[in-house]
Amino acid sequence: MANKSNNSPLVKKKTMRPVTKQNLITYVMVIAVFTLFQTLSATGNLKYAHKALLVPVCTSIIMAVSLNLVVGVLGELSLGHAGFMCVGAYAGSFFSVLTEDVITVSWLRFILAFVIAAVCASVAGILIGIPVLRLKGDYLAIVTLAFGEIIKTIVNALYIGKDADGFHVTLDSTKLNIAADGQIILKGPQGITGTPKDSNFVVGFILIMITLFIVTNLMDSRTGRAIMSIRDNRIAAESVGIDITKYKLMVFTISAALAGCAGVLYSHNISTLTATTSNFGYNMSILVLVYVVLGGLGNIRGSIISATILYALPELLRGFSEYRMLIYAIILIVMMIVNNGTYFVKIKEKIFYNFSSKIKKDKKEVI
Amino acid sequence: MKFLSQLISGISLGSIYSLIALGYTMVYGIAKMLNFAHGDVIMIGAFVIYTLCVTAGLPTIICVLIAIVFCTLLGVTIERFAYKPLRQATSLAVLITAIGVSYLLQNVALLIFGSDTKSFTSVVTIDPISFAGGELVISGETIVTIIVSVIIMIALVIFVNKSKPGKAMLAVSEDKGAAQLMGINVNGTIALTFAIGSALAAIAGALLCSTYPALSPYTGAMPGIKAFVAAVLGGIGSIPGAMIGGIVLGVIENLSKGYISSQLSDAIVFAVLIVVLLVRPTGIMGKKINEKV
Repeated sequence: MANKSNNSPLVKKKTMRPVTKQNLITYVMVIAVFTLFQTLSATGNLKYAHKALLVPVCTSIIMAVSLNLVVGVLGELSLGHAGFMCVGAYAGSFFSVLTEDVITVSWLRFILAFVIAAVCASVAGILIGIPVLRLKGDYLAIVTLAFGEIIKTIVNALYIGKDADGFHVTLDSTKLNIAADGQIILKGPQGITGTPKDSNFVVGFILIMITLFIVTNLMDSRTGRAIMSIRDNRIAAESVGIDITKYKLMVFTISAALAGCAGVLYSHNISTLTATTSNFGYNMSILVLVYVVLGGLGNIRGSIISATILYALPELLRGFSEYRMLIYAIILIVMMIVNNGTYFVKIKEKIFYNFSSKIKKDKKEVI
Repeated sequence: MKFLSQLISGISLGSIYSLIALGYTMVYGIAKMLNFAHGDVIMIGAFVIYTLCVTAGLPTIICVLIAIVFCTLLGVTIERFAYKPLRQATSLAVLITAIGVSYLLQNVALLIFGSDTKSFTSVVTIDPISFAGGELVISGETIVTIIVSVIIMIALVIFVNKSKPGKAMLAVSEDKGAAQLMGINVNGTIALTFAIGSALAAIAGALLCSTYPALSPYTGAMPGIKAFVAAVLGGIGSIPGAMIGGIVLGVIENLSKGYISSQLSDAIVFAVLIVVLLVRPTGIMGKKINEKV
């Protein structure tokens, strides 16, 4: 029987689905780059300054991929992604500092920190997801920006200490009332100090792989197709019975949880965790949005590549010292105009017209 | 008395937000884009005044006028070279370009003036007025800010509703294609909008730095974001909405600084925005958008 069916002309040779192939390329690319840099760093061929970039690059990749889920796949503009990272970073660091003496196994503590940060960030994601259901477009963007700023302001004003009586939470440092043997963990604008330095490149790599696994599988599932149908035409999606509320909330929660994990990776890589405009403010959210847009909306591999290059670019431009951010800004503007400008799009179309129509077709499919 | 003085300085701060928010809202109404670089135009305007006053020693009024002209040209130039090529592109592409322009302006200022904070000399030379035997003191800056803002807002409303270019602006914001068919120069009107918005930003910069005399390349960013919030609060695209939104925001910010907590005032301002948008999803004066299938 088996032989018969194999010879039958009706059974085609099994080929790989294009989506699976694309995802596989992404995984292989990440693994190859990881292996390359891990070897370079193990054999001592990597400068200290460049070694210090490895974990932050992992953080920005996870941030970009998780934001791409909201902006590229769901099609809602979010300007508060750094807020989720902030929640995750503070929750993770708080837990690690609190339990440093209780849980001595560092990897177990670190994993628990990730779980707790993901849960806290998801709760924040649900909180933001609720107004999302009422608002659209630019109004939604400004609400997410506002949420991000609120989170940053609150953690900067919050004092949390622990002593024999339990936790003391206050907004006023003079009213903390902590016993002499107690420990102040969160010190308002001074943040959290003494987070164990558990993050390294391997953890960052594992986290990127987990993020990729979650996001690519989600996009390729029934749920993912439902989410993309909301992006493409909300009214049509609603009319075929897709529960928009449920899926939007789901995307926000997953994306927030991943950003929270990125926050833990970030906070366990530095000794003092403080919330400033450059790490958890709207500037950071906008920076991640730039990675996502330049990488291509809904394109996960693009997000990874652009997050890596754009994070490393200012560092690689160090030779130009004070001009580096200026060059970065000009590159950003020129790239946007060349990619999207009416004039350049026309030129590109002309060039492609001269080639065979097949190239044009392929190009469209990729987009 | 404390309440009254907080309220008045809140209105003064709010008027500055309104002036900036007008630039945001007019550009949004016409070009349907969030001009993130608007806050940095304020900073550039303030730096122009600072340079002219300190180095050239020109009279303040001339410095302010030059700054207005400079920012107007800057706004038109930015529109011409960064935004005009993207007229047909997605709004997200334009948003990212605007962010790029914002980085560019900040870094140019950083290169020229350095990152240290400069102390800005107030452009206002009016003495403060005391009421109720010195219990209530209103500074000259506050008086000038409120008066200038009221004059500008009235002039702007008259300009938009009565003059031909103003009506053209309304028409373009309503329907670009139809406006072009009626013989309106759409590109010219958009450039005019950027020019007016940037001129208002220069005035706002002068007033802002006179009230809070610290000037650095990042001065414009936070007031820019707050004004953006004000524009959304009032209903983005609506001129009276921007004025109301700005003043409401300024008053809330100052009152929460005075009575609740100066650290949490930003959080309160943003929380008010969220609450208002939950009740009225298109802002206080925003039009309800009818969905077409």
